[in-house]
Amino acid sequence: MNSQASRERILARLRSSGTEQTTVPVAPAPEAPSLDREDKIARMTELMGAIRTEVHVVAADDWPNKLKELAREKGWKRLLYGPDSPIGPDVEAAWTAGGEDHGDGLPKLIPYTEPVERFKENLFGMDAGITSCRGGVADTGAVVLWPTPEEPRLLSLVPPVHVAVLDADTIHDSLAEMMAVENWAGGMPTNALLISGPSKTADIEFTLVFGVHGPKEMVVLIRK
Amino acid sequence: MEAEKTFDFENNIEKALRDDRLRKNLRNAMDILVEKRRSVFPDREHLERLRAAGNAIKRRALKQLPCLLEQLEANCTKNGIQVHWAEDTAEANGIVLDILRRHDAKEVVKGKSMVSEEMHLNHFLQTHGIDALETDLGEFIIQLNHETPSHIIVPAIHKNRDEVAAIFQEKIPDTPYTENVEELTAIARRVLRERFARAKVGLSGVNFAIAETGTLLLVENEGNGRMCTTVPEVHVAVMGLEKVLEKLSDVPPLLRLLTGSATGQLITTYVNMITSPRRQGEKDGPREVHLILLDNGRSHILSDPEFRQTLLCIRCGTCLNHCPVYVRIGGHAYGHVYPGPIGKILTPQMEGLRRAGVLATASSLCGACAEVCPVQIPIPALIRRLRRESYDTGDGATVADAGYRSNLAETLIWKGWELANTVPALNRLGTRLAGAVGDKMPNRGPLKAWTRVRTAPKFAAKSLHDRVGKEGVKNE
Amino acid sequence: MEKQEYPAKPETVYFFGTCLMDAIYPDAGLAAIRLLRREGLSVLFPQGQSCCGQPAYNAGFAGEARAVARKQLEEFPKPYPIVVPSGSCAGMMKHHYPELFAGTPEEDAARAFSDRVYELFEFLVRVLDVRLEDRGEPVTITWHSSCHALREMGVVPYAKTLIGQLKNVSLVALERETECCGFGGTFAVKQPALSAAMVADKVADISRTGASKVVAGDCGCLMNITGAMAHSGVRIAGQHLAEFLWERTHGS
Repeated sequence: MNSQASRERILARLRSSGTEQTTVPVAPAPEAPSLDREDKIARMTELMGAIRTEVHVVAADDWPNKLKELAREKGWKRLLYGPDSPIGPDVEAAWTAGGEDHGDGLPKLIPYTEPVERFKENLFGMDAGITSCRGGVADTGAVVLWPTPEEPRLLSLVPPVHVAVLDADTIHDSLAEMMAVENWAGGMPTNALLISGPSKTADIEFTLVFGVHGPKEMVVLIRK
Repeated sequence: MEAEKTFDFENNIEKALRDDRLRKNLRNAMDILVEKRRSVFPDREHLERLRAAGNAIKRRALKQLPCLLEQLEANCTKNGIQVHWAEDTAEANGIVLDILRRHDAKEVVKGKSMVSEEMHLNHFLQTHGIDALETDLGEFIIQLNHETPSHIIVPAIHKNRDEVAAIFQEKIPDTPYTENVEELTAIARRVLRERFARAKVGLSGVNFAIAETGTLLLVENEGNGRMCTTVPEVHVAVMGLEKVLEKLSDVPPLLRLLTGSATGQLITTYVNMITSPRRQGEKDGPREVHLILLDNGRSHILSDPEFRQTLLCIRCGTCLNHCPVYVRIGGHAYGHVYPGPIGKILTPQMEGLRRAGVLATASSLCGACAEVCPVQIPIPALIRRLRRESYDTGDGATVADAGYRSNLAETLIWKGWELANTVPALNRLGTRLAGAVGDKMPNRGPLKAWTRVRTAPKFAAKSLHDRVGKEGVKNE
Repeated sequence: MEKQEYPAKPETVYFFGTCLMDAIYPDAGLAAIRLLRREGLSVLFPQGQSCCGQPAYNAGFAGEARAVARKQLEEFPKPYPIVVPSGSCAGMMKHHYPELFAGTPEEDAARAFSDRVYELFEFLVRVLDVRLEDRGEPVTITWHSSCHALREMGVVPYAKTLIGQLKNVSLVALERETECCGFGGTFAVKQPALSAAMVADKVADISRTGASKVVAGDCGCLMNITGAMAHSGVRIAGQHLAEFLWERTHGS
């Protein structure tokens, strides 16, 4: 077996296929409607809500309080986060704010700062994970994540609840618009993700069940 | 290829048609998928523009296929993804095995991949002592039961919840019988999470590969695809070489078409774009990513300007959902990896007419598939072309075993038909003879097939040709 | 499907009777001709016409199909519209002749021919703008769309327009109106089990409507469906829409 030889033979066949004669009709894709800020927020809330994502629109600086409220309400014990992520310091500040009493009933903050090889056991024992978002996509309803060293990929996958903090100003009309405006083609991250809701399946008799492999719940906090 | 050795299409069809439960399951499922698609594309005009755009994007990609593959390879390599080329499935399997052996892996967790089905990878690995575990819930179910997918998108759609319950109870240790779908799903989650956490190698398919950036894009709802491509140390992606796209901006329209056509979703839960292995400082993600580009007959298909359109396919499965034949027999009856209308055109081209040409007979050419195909593949036209090549080696036949079905009897029938319809005197003689016979034709040959469930056609005593004159209708 | 353009009402049209109508449903053919003549048209029926060629074309015998199609090109030489009482045959002549003759000396002729092909109900509505007066007793019918009328020709709305003009006719839709009846030409005999399953479901669907008659615009489907109904003892009549329209609207 020689992949190089195979490569040459495959390419030779493709080059002699005459495919360059293919006619390509001119057919631009229809564009997504251009929405204003409020409508984008409303559409995100509606579409993601429809597939059982819990969306809360909160004042820009109030989201940590909402997070604490949710954490208590849902009874999380261990919340995974990235301390050096854009939202890490705010989470930490919120957890220590107001003295000891205010920490009552809050989950323990677990930083994801080690390589997964040394962190797997911890990782699979979390109740929730929180991430920031690079943006949102209004026409289909999805948040966009570009995981980083500070906010690893599995933060949004392994814990049974994923909380995503989304800045309303970063919601785009469509994926096409976001890719163009941000010039994604100029440099893609290791793993870019669109996430529209909790993990789900309908593989048995089309019965919709959430949380098959990834999070069972997804919460989006839109910072207005 | 076990199933294919004993492929008896006629028998498979008869068997499937007698299976009332299968037919009911399929009908219910296809009705749901058809309705979901309809509701996600409410605006006909918008959908038609989108389909035209999808067709144009894929055509443009095929037009530059060799260049795009080289560009994809160059960009992937630059990003740290190792690219392999495989002329056939044996070579692709060998590459996978090599990678697994290098990492001393005894098991591999798999996301859903039709190409890996095409490779019969699981069986191949098993013969080399490696356990390939399907992790998509539907695939997991049928793998436990030693079956193959019956649908491209919903592989276990032929199974009821009670059948799944019985399979889980029997095959998963310490599992009680439950028909509760949430509980069944939870069982699968528990079993598979353990495997994700320990597997060294994950394997996936690819929905689109973007040459411009060297990015592999995967869509899914369950999260198992992300698990397979993120948790293990090594990620191996297999793709048919027609899946490459020129630019990142080609993705959004095709993505909308794919998820809308496949499951009636505006977007899947996850759209996963992988551009490199774990980079410096990153905490997770595989340390090695491999991409295997599989030809397996695709370059040959590309060489025919008409058949080339088969390669536009984005594997959404909507042609299955809308097919009046598929809905009655399900995927297994087709005896090959790709069932339904797309399978009818793809399989004979990959495997030759002798082995799979009969698939092309199983279509009334109703056109429901082409009407919904998100990239406008003219499936009925290609089925017709395959039928022609089944009899005829002329007219630029390009499919293997062209003319395999050629036989004197049919040739004579159609020659006779031609004469009867080109020589007016013979035509008149024919209708007059038929008129004299009425419905008392000898019940043989094609008529016998017809009269299994129908009365024989009754020929009119006088044909329209004979009667128009009396009406004062002129000849010219 | 490109947008179809329609001519002004002509004085003369050709009628292509189709092979099935010729041999099995000539009454429907005569009814169609009468519908056209009632609108003041002169109808020509070239006696050398036969079959559109579709059976061979779909079975994989393109050469034989081309020979038969060529015969039709010759038989309809003048620039009159060609009216076809079948969505399937019309689809063959309109959409497949150009590809069947692509690269042959007849390519241009085939294209010009195709441009003149209209399905009967399409022609009655779009070109002749007919207004029908129902003279029949109240009746409940159901309608079966042929796949090619529906998808290749896009002419089903015209059949329904015409049925809608009949005030005493109530139309009950099939549950699966757009699903194939299983005829498919040679498909019915090459895949008899599949075809049988399809037509059985179609007959069941028709039965559930409670209609006393199923009306269709294509003789192939009609032959398949009525044959299956008769074989299984379902006492529902089947009729070509042209014949149905004529029966209900001609003053006797």
